[in-house]
Amino acid sequence: MTNILKIAARNLRRYRRRTMLTALLIMLGVALVILFSGLSGSFKSMMIGIITDSNLGHMQVHRKGYVASIDTLPLNMNMTAEDYAALQDSLKASPGIEAYAPRLKLGAMLSNFMETTNIRVTAVDPEAELKVSPALSGRLRSRAWTERGHFLAPGEIVVPLKIAVALGVKEGDSVVLVATNSEGSVNGLTFTVVGFAEDVLGPQGKDGFIHFEDAKTLLRITGQEVSEVALRVNDFRNMNAVQQAIQKKIAAVHDPDGKPRLELHSWADLSPFANIAKIIDLLTMTMRIIMIGIVLISVLNVMLMSVYERVREIGTIAAIGTPPGKILSLFLAEGVCLGLLGTLGGCAAGLSGILLLNLFKVRFTFAQMQLVLNPSISLMEIVTVSAIVLCMSVAATLQPAWKASRMEPVEALRHV
Amino acid sequence: MALIELQNITKTYIVGEVSQQALKGISLSVGKGAFVSVVGPSGSGKTTLLNIIGCLDKPSGGKAVIDGQEVNHLGRKDGARFRGENLGFIFQAFNLIPVLSVFENVEYPLQMIKNEPAPQRREKVRETLQAVGMLEQAHKLPDQISGGQKQRVAIARALVTRPKLVLADEPTASLDHETAFNVIRLMRGMRDAYGTTFLFSTHDPRIVGEAETIHTLEDGLLVPNASEETPS
Repeated sequence: MTNILKIAARNLRRYRRRTMLTALLIMLGVALVILFSGLSGSFKSMMIGIITDSNLGHMQVHRKGYVASIDTLPLNMNMTAEDYAALQDSLKASPGIEAYAPRLKLGAMLSNFMETTNIRVTAVDPEAELKVSPALSGRLRSRAWTERGHFLAPGEIVVPLKIAVALGVKEGDSVVLVATNSEGSVNGLTFTVVGFAEDVLGPQGKDGFIHFEDAKTLLRITGQEVSEVALRVNDFRNMNAVQQAIQKKIAAVHDPDGKPRLELHSWADLSPFANIAKIIDLLTMTMRIIMIGIVLISVLNVMLMSVYERVREIGTIAAIGTPPGKILSLFLAEGVCLGLLGTLGGCAAGLSGILLLNLFKVRFTFAQMQLVLNPSISLMEIVTVSAIVLCMSVAATLQPAWKASRMEPVEALRHV
Repeated sequence: MALIELQNITKTYIVGEVSQQALKGISLSVGKGAFVSVVGPSGSGKTTLLNIIGCLDKPSGGKAVIDGQEVNHLGRKDGARFRGENLGFIFQAFNLIPVLSVFENVEYPLQMIKNEPAPQRREKVRETLQAVGMLEQAHKLPDQISGGQKQRVAIARALVTRPKLVLADEPTASLDHETAFNVIRLMRGMRDAYGTTFLFSTHDPRIVGEAETIHTLEDGLLVPNASEETPS
């Protein structure tokens, strides 16, 4: 076998032009797959990061049925204080959870004393919220944030930028929030505007923020009632495992008749970007199939040409006594070596491309966001792509190699 | 015991609906260490006869025994093994592998067929190239040497495995007269040195006399009384 590999490698070196051409095609295919996978994976991770780190969190727990009615922000479907306490105990005992933040969500009327508009408000515990949504600060325009280091205190409000612009509200202005609680009682509170929230993807990006305690006052809530609890996991790659563990724990919170009172949703269940992420995955897969198809056709074409051009050589080596199995092995070995050469070159070129993109920090705008491409690819993905390309090289070589091994020496020797 | 024993060998080619009998019942016996020529005009069946003896083609009828083994029904794999172990081939067009050097061309059968370890292999190649006078050109590619030199390399390749029988189909057809003579004399010298049986075909009457035994083929038949012994 070693002899066959040596001879195959020597043949590839000697038929240099053909080898280089094919290896370059394979290289190009592999490099493009790696580059495209790196870029699309990076774009996807970046977008998921923006969405989860800005406001959504990695997962959210709600009272069962809340998400189905989320458009109306129903206060009568909030989690009870007892359920929240039970949930907190579970979350504190979960090693995969880095942080969690309770939220109260409500619809209200916002007035600057001249004009009034409706607004969605998320009441937060600022300290806990920033642990779950570390990128939230980057989406705020707030002098208070830059000067004081925290974005919200009781009596303060962060207004969505679009509403602020429409109402002509500035930092330091007083505004009034009027809301109806779950029992139908209307109440109003005055707030000082301390910042503005830029849009992020999804309807929650248009939310204003107030302090949790203010929301309780506004809605006349006495206990620790929450609309949702946002969770952040330690390692996003382990999210599925953590999600399953939490799912089991919250299943323990149920009615006397055994019906669960809480439900857990991942970011993908809550964000429309999950569909875009699936499309990105599909595009990546399509790109891979196309590139690997190019590899397959290139190797098949070159090996067929190689067999055709070397009919006389095949006839000669068969005539002098080379067994058909060895001729088959020789051409297969050439295909494998060619695939290996192209794959290694392609990996090197693809990884160099990723390195260059990281060095030069390519910036672009997506949905009003300034993004910096930071492509990366996992070792597992490189190994998978390489293995597929190598298998394709072998598959593409099989037919020409078989053809070579089945040639009748006497016919091949007559070939001009 | 004869090295080659042919009994009433026939070969018929069928192309479409036309059949053509290339060999019409050849019986022939060649002893070990003989230096034999098969002569005859083009189309007389020389190549077909050599192909059958060389296990490259199967006869339509008759029996072919080489070194005590009946070779008529050898399969693809067994035929290859038999050729690798017992036969050497020299072709009219040399059939050297163009991308391999002279040394590598001669080394090829030892490496690919005999699986000999590198040190012994290289020693044998050097020795054989020395014997055919091509050791100095060992590093050259086939297109860097002359036709006569190519045929010397082909002889070395055929002999490097030390076969019992070397079959040469028109080995001098692509060479000028003087080179052709030199090649035939080299073949005979190799027979003397290694005891290998040589059977070569030619239609060149000028070199026929170099053979010790001559068989004449005409229209697929051996001409009676055509064999003759010539002094070596």
